[in-house]
Amino acid sequence: MKHTISVLVENQSGVLARISGLFSARGFNIDSLAVGETEDSTVSRMTIVSHGDNRVIDQIMKQLNKLVDVIQVTDLTQAEMIERELILIKIQATAANRADLMQIVNTFRAKVVDVTPKSLTIEVTGNQSKIDAMLELLRPFGIKEVARTGVIALARGLESKSKDKEKKGTAKKIVLTA
Amino acid sequence: MAELTGAQILIECLKREEVDCIFGLPGGAILPTFDALYDSGLKFILVRHEQGASHMADGYARATGRVGVCLVTSGPGATNTVTGLATAFMDSVPLVCITGQVATHVIGSDAFQEADVIGITRPVTKHNFLVRDVKDLARIVREAFYIARTGRPGPVVIDFPVDVSRAKTEFEYPSEVKIRGYAPTPLADSKQIQKAAAAIMESKRPCLYVGGGAVGSGAQKEIMELVNKTGIPITTTVLGLGIFPEDHPSSLRMLGMHGTHYANYSVQGSDLLIAVGARFDDRVTGNIQKFAPHAKIIHIDIDPASISKTILVHIPIVGDIKPAVRELIKHVKDKRVQIKDWLKQIDEWKAKHPLKYDDSGPHIKQQYVIDKIGELTKHKAVVTTGVGQHQMWTAQWYQFSAPRSMITSGGLGTMGYGFPAAIGAQLGRPKEQVICIDGDGSFQMTMCELVTAAHYRIPVKIFIMDNAHHGMVRQWQELFYHRRYSASQLGPSNPNFIKVAEGCGVLGIEVNKKEEVIPAIKKALAHEGPVLVHCVVAKEDNVYPMVPSGHALDQVMDMA
Ligand SMILES: Cc1ncc(C[n+]2csc(CCOP(=O)(O)OP(=O)(O)O)c2C)c(N)n1
Repeated sequence: MKHTISVLVENQSGVLARISGLFSARGFNIDSLAVGETEDSTVSRMTIVSHGDNRVIDQIMKQLNKLVDVIQVTDLTQAEMIERELILIKIQATAANRADLMQIVNTFRAKVVDVTPKSLTIEVTGNQSKIDAMLELLRPFGIKEVARTGVIALARGLESKSKDKEKKGTAKKIVLTA
Repeated sequence: MAELTGAQILIECLKREEVDCIFGLPGGAILPTFDALYDSGLKFILVRHEQGASHMADGYARATGRVGVCLVTSGPGATNTVTGLATAFMDSVPLVCITGQVATHVIGSDAFQEADVIGITRPVTKHNFLVRDVKDLARIVREAFYIARTGRPGPVVIDFPVDVSRAKTEFEYPSEVKIRGYAPTPLADSKQIQKAAAAIMESKRPCLYVGGGAVGSGAQKEIMELVNKTGIPITTTVLGLGIFPEDHPSSLRMLGMHGTHYANYSVQGSDLLIAVGARFDDRVTGNIQKFAPHAKIIHIDIDPASISKTILVHIPIVGDIKPAVRELIKHVKDKRVQIKDWLKQIDEWKAKHPLKYDDSGPHIKQQYVIDKIGELTKHKAVVTTGVGQHQMWTAQWYQFSAPRSMITSGGLGTMGYGFPAAIGAQLGRPKEQVICIDGDGSFQMTMCELVTAAHYRIPVKIFIMDNAHHGMVRQWQELFYHRRYSASQLGPSNPNFIKVAEGCGVLGIEVNKKEEVIPAIKKALAHEGPVLVHCVVAKEDNVYPMVPSGHALDQVMDMA
């Protein structure tokens, strides 16, 4: 099963290598990984999407938690979460199909961010199913290039935040919002 | 306050950590540190190869329970320690390894003797640090020692660029460590302990399975009390040897691939397996699908990631072993009457399948030599080994009686570990008898340290079991590769070990006949300095019992 794991880490060089090294050394899958600074500039949040059975996910959580540079690990999958990904899609566009394309763009509330006589570049954000659906519809037009950020996610509401605070300073860094 | 250089600060930090012995070898990028070491009063052991330094620090740490320290230069000096770091990492041994590094402004430019030590050592260390600013140095050293020795211990590397070692700042040793991502000692959950106690009280065929984690936690008294109070039989892993005296009636001795029949049968037959500081390594479990098929499993370990990693655990207890077992003892009672059929069954297995060897041939048997070393040292020496048949025979035949007395590379299986580890162990425990039982193959991997032993007059006694082969490889080739002895013969090219020893300033004793064994052991033990005893032993003997790889633990091969 697919899991979205949120990892708070020290915002230092080398931390990404520790995490990706752990995944490759232990044969864990990474479907996507996105990193950025948080509200606290000394902390980065990594959102890792991985898949595996419960045993594998359990090991991923525990092994991540063992790293000294990891401050907190949360499996968001079970919880209510907001998941978003941003994708840029460059499409072959002609005068003939442009109108059809624009219809899809509007339906998905996507944005056209670059136009040339022969191409159109579209930006869209959403959860993975929305993005996958959009890609499916665009495929027949001739997708030239795609760039995607990987999923980022947060738990809904304030609950998990206050939980985090509670956990701070305790030995347990694993937060299972199940 | 006067300012100190990074090098001076490092030395001050080592003193604050009460380091009494450092192993290493100098070079360009670490020279400022060696300059500061020169008149520091700290004891330094100059090795002949940095791999030796890392194993010595490891042997020191395993023998004493304290953090072992090595100090080497950048590039090749650092990469030479990698085998030692990996060995320590696999067996959870606390080390701090300080490696010189090129100056910060040339890092990444392929400078002379530059290696990406942080990158290379990341997968074989518990943590590593690159010191970019001298102001961080004292904190980093403090954290490195703290991380190395707390929680599940392990090696930590401090990569120390030469310009940082020259830069100056005020020295202040942090009084406490605060690492927000590191909380090493979870307290065992008392509810889980009560659950475990209830399972123990219900069980009809319980068995304790104890590993190196119990040694690391210093839990020998608690383990003894638990066994004595309940009467539950106990087996140990190779790293657990000595945590429980093997002549005790409840001891099943070692389990696993070369464990006793009765230990393996007991595990397989148990309805409750109580794993304490052990990690279900494949050399212990055999075929994992067929491991302990009837057993509920309790697992006490400080590392949550060890729990349910390879085998599903029913009652996990995460925490330091010593207090957890102490707590457990309170909730259990004598079970001897309740499990008397089980104990009887085990006694029958013991009587039917004792450890044995055939001593009738013309050649000296290693088992005999090791047995005699055990007797003549009253089973109280600190013993180190290489890897191979002699290692397994040492585990089977020495008969360990005290924790931290079997020092061997269990997880990584590093040949060449034994001799430098013995030097480190001897420096950690100067008043005790330290013995290295080595193979002719293993010994040759690090034998340059004979010079080190001779120079510092470190009185280790080396017994080389010369079977003229990579014996364990030969055994597998005999059993599983139609006796095609591909690259396992050493005999034709082995050096004259006595001359090698003498050439390095170490006393050599030759043993060719069985009647020479006891006098040679006595002479070696009585000699004040280091001794190498060259024992010419049977060339083609096999270690039994043996559970072939991939088989269930009770599918045991034995000699006729
Ligand atoms: C560094 C290293 N290289 C290779 C091996 C594989 N290996 C395991 S046992 C063994 C033979 C060991 O020979 P020796 O030290 O003479 O011991 P014996 O088995 O003969 O007692 C080898 C080559 C190893 N464990 N470590």
